[in-house]
Amino acid sequence: MDFIQDHLLTLILFSPTFVAFVMVFFPSNEDNLNRWAAFVGSLIPLVFSLVLWFNFDRTQTGFQFEEQAVWYSAINSSYHLGVDGISLPMVLLTTLLTPLSILASFGIKDRVKSYMILFLFLETGMLGVFVALDLLIFFVFYEVGLVPMYFLINQWGSEKGERELWGGMKVSSRLYASFKFMIYTMGASLGLLLAIQMIGAVSGTFDLIELYQSWTALEGTLFGLSIGQVKAIAFWAFAIAFAVKVPVWPFHTWLPDAHTEAPTAGSMILAGVLLKLGAYGFIRLVIPLYPGEAKYYASALAFLAMMAIIFGAFASYGQTDFKRLVAYSSVNHMGFVVLGIAAAAWVASGPNVQDGIIAMNGAVLQMFNHGLSAAGMFFLVGVIYDRTHTRNLNDFGGLFPLVPVYGGILIFTSMASLGLPGLNGFVSEFLVVRGSWPVFTLFTALSMIGLLFTGAYILKGIKQTLHGPLNEKWIGQLSEINSRELWVIAPLMVLMLWLGIWPAWLLGVINQAVTALFG
Amino acid sequence: MQFPILSVIVFTPLVTGILLMFIPGDRKNEIRVAALGAAGFALLLSLWVYFGYNHLAGGYQYVEKYNWLPALGVSYFVGVDGMNAPLVLLTGVVMFTGVLISWGIDDRPREFFAFLFILATGVFGVFVALDMFMLFFFYEIAVFPMYLLIALWGWKVTREYAAMKLTLYLFIGSVVSLVGALAMYFQSGLNTFDMLALEEAGFSTQFQVFWFPFVFLGFAVLGGIFPFHNWSPDGHVAAPTAVSMFHAGVLMKLGAFAALRVGMMLLPEGAQAWMPALIFFALVNVVYGAFIAMVQTDFKYVIGYSSVSHMGLVMLGLATLNKTGFVGAGLQMFSHGVMTALFFAAVGMVYDRAHTREIPKLGGMSKEMPLVAVAFIVGGLVSMGMPGFSGFIAEFPIFMGVWTSGSSPINTNWPYVGWVGPLIAVVAVISIVITASYIMRIVRRVFFGELPAEFHDHIGDVTALDKVALVVLVVIMVSMGWFPRLIAPLVESGVNNVLRLFGGA
Repeated sequence: MDFIQDHLLTLILFSPTFVAFVMVFFPSNEDNLNRWAAFVGSLIPLVFSLVLWFNFDRTQTGFQFEEQAVWYSAINSSYHLGVDGISLPMVLLTTLLTPLSILASFGIKDRVKSYMILFLFLETGMLGVFVALDLLIFFVFYEVGLVPMYFLINQWGSEKGERELWGGMKVSSRLYASFKFMIYTMGASLGLLLAIQMIGAVSGTFDLIELYQSWTALEGTLFGLSIGQVKAIAFWAFAIAFAVKVPVWPFHTWLPDAHTEAPTAGSMILAGVLLKLGAYGFIRLVIPLYPGEAKYYASALAFLAMMAIIFGAFASYGQTDFKRLVAYSSVNHMGFVVLGIAAAAWVASGPNVQDGIIAMNGAVLQMFNHGLSAAGMFFLVGVIYDRTHTRNLNDFGGLFPLVPVYGGILIFTSMASLGLPGLNGFVSEFLVVRGSWPVFTLFTALSMIGLLFTGAYILKGIKQTLHGPLNEKWIGQLSEINSRELWVIAPLMVLMLWLGIWPAWLLGVINQAVTALFG
Repeated sequence: MQFPILSVIVFTPLVTGILLMFIPGDRKNEIRVAALGAAGFALLLSLWVYFGYNHLAGGYQYVEKYNWLPALGVSYFVGVDGMNAPLVLLTGVVMFTGVLISWGIDDRPREFFAFLFILATGVFGVFVALDMFMLFFFYEIAVFPMYLLIALWGWKVTREYAAMKLTLYLFIGSVVSLVGALAMYFQSGLNTFDMLALEEAGFSTQFQVFWFPFVFLGFAVLGGIFPFHNWSPDGHVAAPTAVSMFHAGVLMKLGAFAALRVGMMLLPEGAQAWMPALIFFALVNVVYGAFIAMVQTDFKYVIGYSSVSHMGLVMLGLATLNKTGFVGAGLQMFSHGVMTALFFAAVGMVYDRAHTREIPKLGGMSKEMPLVAVAFIVGGLVSMGMPGFSGFIAEFPIFMGVWTSGSSPINTNWPYVGWVGPLIAVVAVISIVITASYIMRIVRRVFFGELPAEFHDHIGDVTALDKVALVVLVVIMVSMGWFPRLIAPLVESGVNNVLRLFGGA
């Protein structure tokens, strides 16, 4: 038991990889074996993270379950892990969404084994980012998750659709989307890579706990520039890398393509967890490492967040593709996360720090909530796509009588996404708005327009699929949501409701860490 | 007396090569098995050297020294430090996997393996030599069989041209180096070629600055340094698969390593004076090589130019003259060797079945040879410096070294100020995106997509031996990526050994 306690994070982190390695030796034509092995295997990290959740000391600030081991002594980077109240919910979210996504992928028939193995590798990549306390380890996991995602989109993405590139060359949409996803994220993280190299070369360590002290205290000149200039450049290198990942307007254009073309479970993970990596990067790295720059540029960030909220909502409303509509809604919702972070950065260590703490609490909670609702929405779009093979909203209509259970679930999840009081989205968006209103009054007020349109596009989605005149070609064609699919969505619905009614169980943990961050 | 393990490693291939000639040429399977046995033996011994090396003690170990030509001060003097121990292992790995994937060679396999093994002896010899004369001796042994291997077993279209070009480039390079080496020999007045003695010779700064370019560039030609890189893609493409693996995987390291051991370690002040120029040329290698690779349509040329780009990173690491940069260069030599061996093996496997290397004509190979596709993808990820693979472990310290290269003890005559290092790092990092784009293009065009109709009947999966070779290479790259401590402390101790000549670690 002591071993488990001492190495809990390593166990969470690498149990999916271990399962994946074992699966390499499974016969590739036994699809059911591979499906169940992956599903059961992905429950292992979930069990461990529940152990983590219940053993986490809520009264204590700082990192817990820390582990440190030699990794790369030549450049003084160590395998240093730990969780606090901000990363803990993210770990829980990741380990929860992965088995659900794998369960949602049971319909995949093409190369099941490779698909499942990639999915498990992806889980390790995401978890690593959330538990890393070493800058280099953070970067390793941040990048390595791209690879499985690239192949999931590229190989198992939607089969229809073509894109014309410049020069009249035609490629299939999924190739286009996966390439764009990869190049955008990799290109943006080059700046991050350079800045990390620079920090390592200057500080001689990559340990975040040490860097929080030493890097912020650095003074003098560096490379012939003043330290302020160097830090400003490095701040933007970090900020752009994470802004692309979140994504913040105007860096969001990879997202609708990637989300739309990815297989259903890929979209669930992409929206549910991968986008959070960017926001988490802001909270874990940007604000503590560059408090001064973050404060200085906070209003620029808030402006971009406001644009993301407004344009995300408008763009979403304009879509006729159901999946694209949901994809743009991610831009809209993640905008609130960034708005909260920006507000918190602005008032940090000032007299109004309490507003910042509220906004940051809201941002972290919104990350968790959006993870639930976006994964749910993408899954529900996938469910109907599996049956109809179309995502065009104009092809649907009046489906409620045909699939009443599905319809109910869709409305429930949509309402959570919209932010209906009583469900989870409301709590977090309210906190963000409450926190950032005194700080960025204008931006927050304008963001409310976006919120209005959030309601509009959500209702549009519901109306076009479930209500209106029945499109008669689906009579007898459309089957009700099946029990496997119910098992996928049920845990998400329970959590949405529970967080809406009693958010304190999660907010207590978050608040502890957020207060410590600004205390 | 201890077991002379290095000599056994060096001469096992040569002796095997000679013994092979006594097997009747038509008993091809016996020849192959004998070759594999010898390669496996050399691999085991090099593993022993690698894991037996005590990196806490550092310095040269497994040293053997015998007089050879006492009148001229030539001795047979070999030993390993943390810098060349990984390279010895690399040679063992490439030799073993090279024999595995050459199983299918049906045209005079006896002579093929004999020449390949003579080449291997030369390579092992250069890596372990501590006597300058020995180093040149083995260096020429390594270059000569290359000519025959390419000219006789190479790609019919360009083999004579490429073999001639390669040999001329390398011979001219080695002659230039030899001139510099002789200058050192006479200047020192010690009447010895012993490099450990020459390190202490105390050459004047003027002498070092004058002769450094000769010695360094002569060897760096083999390392593919711009603008003398142009023999290498032609050579790679024309060579048969196993020879390409050797060539790009090991031989180019020979150049970089000899440039380090003879050029930088014996003439450290010369290296410091020329450092900005070295950085510049290496930077051109890195970025220009990547751009050229991007526009190739021949699968093998893409890999050939990617080697130019990656060897540029080795040079860049060496040129930083600081600890992190050197560590990176040492790791990159190993990582690139394994990676490019894998690449050429995969290219060879595709070519053997499709009989074309034109990227637009290929497609869908992952359906027929899934393991090759996976292995190539892993190699590609290493190549683009993806974290979690060996390439990242190697490239990261190189770039870190570049950041602080401005604060190295450099000659103040050069316009090299603090922000130049960062600028170079920024430019060099661009190569990562370019590499990613050409690798992804190959993966998509060659391994995925539709299998062209003309291949439907005659494309099959690779043999079990091929798979063993690929798996060995992949396992090395992944384990190095996740467990850098398997290799980094060793290289670090080797770097300390180098840095003592640059005024302390």
